[in-house]
This record gives sequence, C-alpha cells and structure tokens, in this order.
Amino acid sequence: MTNEKTKIQVPLMADLAAEGRKPEWLFWVGSAGAFDDRYKKVTREFAKILTHLKIDYAVLGTEESDSGDVARRAGNEMLFQMQALQNIDILNGYEVKKIVTCCPHDYNTLKNEYPELGGHYELWHHSQFLADLIEKGSIKGLSEAFMKNKIVFHDPCYLGRGNGEYAAPRSVLDAIPGQKLEMKRNKSFGLCCGAGGGQMFKEAEKGDKEVFIERTEEAIETGADIIATACPFCMVMMTDGIKYKNQEDRMKNYDIAELLSMSLGL
Amino acid sequence: MTAQLIFALTLLLTLGVFAFTMRRIFINFRYTKKKALHNIPARLRETFKVAIAQEKIFRHPVMGLLHALVFWGFIVILFGSIEMVIDGLFGTERVFGFMGWFYNFLMASGDIFAAIIALAILVFLFRRLFLHVKRFYGPEMKPVSKADANLALSFILFLMLSLLGMNTFYLLEMHNEGHAFVGVYPVSQSLADLFAGMNDGSIIFWHNFNWWFHILLIFVFANVLPYSKHFHVFMSVPNVFVSRIEPLGKVDNMDNITKEVKLMLDPSAPMDSGAEEPIEKFGVSDANDVNWVNYMNALSCTECGRCTAVCPANITGKLLSPRKIMMDVRARMKEKSDGLIREGANFDDGKSLIGDYISEEELWACTMCNACAQECPININQPSLILDMRRYLVLEQSKAPSGLNTAFANIENNGAPWQFSPEDRMNWAEELYLNEK
Repeated sequence: MTNEKTKIQVPLMADLAAEGRKPEWLFWVGSAGAFDDRYKKVTREFAKILTHLKIDYAVLGTEESDSGDVARRAGNEMLFQMQALQNIDILNGYEVKKIVTCCPHDYNTLKNEYPELGGHYELWHHSQFLADLIEKGSIKGLSEAFMKNKIVFHDPCYLGRGNGEYAAPRSVLDAIPGQKLEMKRNKSFGLCCGAGGGQMFKEAEKGDKEVFIERTEEAIETGADIIATACPFCMVMMTDGIKYKNQEDRMKNYDIAELLSMSLGL
Repeated sequence: MTAQLIFALTLLLTLGVFAFTMRRIFINFRYTKKKALHNIPARLRETFKVAIAQEKIFRHPVMGLLHALVFWGFIVILFGSIEMVIDGLFGTERVFGFMGWFYNFLMASGDIFAAIIALAILVFLFRRLFLHVKRFYGPEMKPVSKADANLALSFILFLMLSLLGMNTFYLLEMHNEGHAFVGVYPVSQSLADLFAGMNDGSIIFWHNFNWWFHILLIFVFANVLPYSKHFHVFMSVPNVFVSRIEPLGKVDNMDNITKEVKLMLDPSAPMDSGAEEPIEKFGVSDANDVNWVNYMNALSCTECGRCTAVCPANITGKLLSPRKIMMDVRARMKEKSDGLIREGANFDDGKSLIGDYISEEELWACTMCNACAQECPININQPSLILDMRRYLVLEQSKAPSGLNTAFANIENNGAPWQFSPEDRMNWAEELYLNEK
C-alpha cells in the first residue's frame, strides 16, 4: 500500500460561479471553523472527507461572515439581523440550495432563523451528512484505529434539544469500531457544556463551579478516554475541562469528523 | 326543595366568585403583547401528546406515572361532578344512570381512580413533608409556596375520600331501602362491607354528608386554585395548546428590528406606509412587555422545579432559576395590575420586572441550552423570555457584560466574534493534503 499525498484545493463558490458551475453542496465553515485554532483542524478533516468522497462542494471563503448566533442570543438582535441579511444576500446570489456545516449553532440559525429573513436552504449538520453517507454505504474501509478506546459522546444542545437530532452523531460513532459509552445525562437530558447563549465570550457568573467542569467530570466518570463532540463551542469547553482535571495524558477530545477521518486514514 | 334552593344559591355564589376572579386575572392579558397562533392542527396534536397523554411528565417515570394517574382520574371524575351539579339543582339522584354501560364504565373508573389518586396524594404529601426533594427548595420557594402545595394536596385528598364515602354510603342506602343502584363501584363495594352493620339513619346521614362535603369542597377548591400556583389545574392544558411548537433552538424574530435593518442596508427601500408608528420598546423590562403566551406560561406554572433542577447555571450554583423567572412574571403582573387598569399601559410605579424581581446577573447566566424548556411538562418556554429581557438590556440600555460587547464589536468589524481579519477566513485551507491509498 503506497501512501501518496495529494494537495487539496478547497473550491471557492466565486471561482465555480465564474466558470458557470453550481456545486451540489455549500460547506458553511462558520467563524469558529475558520478562526478557532482547534476547530480549524476539524474543518480541515471534514474538507478531507468531502474531497475523499468526491463530494461536489464549495465554500464561500472570505465572502462568508459570522452567522450572528452569538449576537442574537446575547440580545443584540440588530447585529444578528445585519449579519443574517448580508449572508442571505450572498447565499441567494449563488442560488445555494444545500448547506452542510460542522457547527450546530450555525446549523440551527441558518435552518430555523434565516427563513424569516428570506434565506431558505436545506441544512445538514455534518453528523447528519456523514450518517447519511454511512447509511448509503459510501463510507467504507474504516480501520480499527479506535478499537482499544472508550468513546463517550457529548450532545451539543443546539443539535440535540434545539433540533431533536440525537441519532446521527451516534450512528457516525457506531460505524467506527471501538467501545461507545453514554454519560448519565445524555440525549435530551444532556447537560450543556456551558458555552451557549454567548457564554463563550464572557466571564461566568458567580457560582460554586463552572459548567464545563461539571460536564467533564461526568464524562470522566464513565471511564471513557475519548470525549467525542460535534460542536466548536463544546470542543473548547471539553478540551478545557480535560486540562482543568489534569486528564490530558489519559483523555482526548475529538470531533466526530476527526474520528471518522482518522479511521479512514485520511 | 329547600336543599335544591340552598344548592342553587351555593352554585351561584361559586360561579359568581369564580367569574370575578377570572375577570380580575384575564384582564391582565390586555396589557400583554400580541403573538399570532399558527398551525392549529399541530397544536391539537401537541396538546394530545403533551397534555392528554402526559408525555413529558414521564421523563421522571415514577412520579410521572403518579401525576398522570391523578390527571386522568380527574378527567373521569369530572363526569360525576357534572352529574352531581345536575342532581343538586333538580333534586334527582344519579341522573346520568340511564346511560347504561357507559355510565357503569365511568363510575367504575372514577371509583377506582379515587382510590388511586388518594394514594398518590399520600405519596406526594409524604415526599413534600418528609423527604428533602431538592427541586422543592431554593430561594424562590417561600413558605407560602410550600403551604400552597400542601393545601392543594390536602384538598384533593379530602375530595377523593368524600367521593369514596359518597359511593359507599350510596350503595348501603340503596341496599337498605331495597332499591337497585346504578353504576359499578369496585372499591366502594368493598368499603360498604365494612360499614354494613350501621343503622339506616346513620347511613343516610353519611351519604348526605359525603355528597355535600364533596361538592362544596369542589366549589371552594375551584375558587382557591386561581389564587395559588395550582391555577395550573385549569391553565396547563390550554397552555400546552398555545405553547411554542417550533424547534426549541429557534428564536423568535424581532420584526420591528427587521424594518430598521433593511432600511439601514438599503436606504432607498420603500417605507411600509406613510403613517408614523409609535416608537416601540425593544425587548422586555416589565410584566406588561411580555407577550400573552409568556403570561399564560406564568399562570400555568405549578413551581414543580423540573426546569431549575436541569438548568446548568443553577446546578453550578449561579443565581439563575428558570422557575423563578416564571414566578416573577406572575407576581409582578399581579402587583402592577391595579395600576394598569387604573392608568393604562403607561402606568409607572417606579418598579420593574428587571431590577426589582429579576437581576441582570440571573439573565446573563443562561446558556440558552433549552434544558428547562425541554423538561417543562407543560411546554413553558423560559429561554425566550430570558432572551427578550437580554434584548431590552442590550438594545435599550446598551448593557451587556464587557466580553459580549467585545464580541459584538468584532462581529460588526471583522465578521467574527474574535479579533481576526476577515481576509484570513480561508487560512484553514492552506497546506491541506489528502492521504490517497
């Protein structure tokens, strides 16, 4: 088996449009996916998967702007709508129909909140997108890279309770050989990582404990050595939690796309 | 005839007081904001699932089952209560008896349910009085809230005991007088054996006593409920019907902001109409800024605390308690109501919901995770109200925690909540390689 590295040129919507082409999918990267150092790695792995599976996709690149989720939930409706209307203008300009994103916050905002402002798209969270491909048999040859690991999934609120999606991320994980665990509070009972509603960008209010510590402790209790997440904010929180609890040697935090990409040896 | 007259007067008094109370509470809806109710078929389905089938209460399976049994029992027993009102007015006895098997079925169910409900209430009372259930405590749970709960439970217990007593002595009375009885009463039949030796006079007395005690207790209970957290009994089913049916993740759009933003982005856009609309306040700062569904939520809340028990902020010791938000809206509306009626929507008593009832600290502790809304057995939506108060703080007062203000400035200037140049948005894609096997 020879391993050859091919350089990926991530297709830009503007370039394709110049050639008169319209890709099937728009990959909405999101602000965290584009700027957060840890989540950039997830974006890269997901782009690798898209390329590997020869998905017809493109990104907006510098034409993409913040979805406005944080602004809206922190009460700044004016700013949210400015962002939303700008993005909708761009998306409608390219006649975008199907969007896939790794961020449950942007998934929720674009799916549920853009329509009222004139943006109507078919939204897929990357967990749903990947689960669908797995179900169709398009993703094959998963290695036993995580055979010896115990993986516990932390539900993102905006995917789970926010949009009722609990099955897709679990079917992605179930496709990967290895042991899967559940926390006591899972699915619709899942505990927030503590970052939603703008909390990511402010100091926590006075209390006995930080939410991310409470959640990380619950993950540690399961005996898992991998916390699987499917949201950039959850990832920051769980990674911080692992550090705070001095579990870095024993425990890792990966996005489901990373786990899949690694299992595929991409 | 005298009994019928007394009954009619009592019923009139009951309905009169009830109508007065309802008017007093429902007039407050005039001072709430409009919200359209769409999708009636979906609402009916939701009402069936969440209210009638009690879907969400079963998230706590054991206590959920007990609550569901009490709820279903109430519905069945209601049939008998209506019959009692007719009997009382017209001097009839078991007037629905002609309904045959249907009557037998409902009476048998009601009789069994009465016993089940009485047992469930004993469990509830025991839990409240002797077990320290965490969600029944908290700073917002004042002694009056606890007394309220115990009073309502005692009411229900005596309602059920008197119902069983009424059935039992009815059976004995019919037996002694050699009449056939109507209905089927599995539990009371067994109880009747215990009192079989009683003399005729006592049996007639206890039958009458239980009949009157039961119906008068219903009349009193119905008039106490609207003043307590157990207004829930009347309001919860309609509350589910009007509750939010959109995905929990979705936030309601502020249409008045959309108008302004569209104008800002495109100054040549035509204005809606020439008429100047009054300047609207953005967000919620007081009880009369909430929409009518929010107020309905507040009236339906029975302070069970399932929301607060799952709130990540509350679990980790922060001030926020979603239950308290609902209680505060109801209390503030009650406080402000007289003034609103007297002076209209502009009435100002120098107090407000934010500040005097709910602190900014509580509002900013929310993660919008929707655990509370998911948990609420009657679909109360706390996050939408918390957000409306944040909207007031940000849009009207420019008061947000400094970290959020920085994020706002970054989003506005760079299109991301962090301070990165928008030109760097594609940097993640540099030097990206795929291992081809």
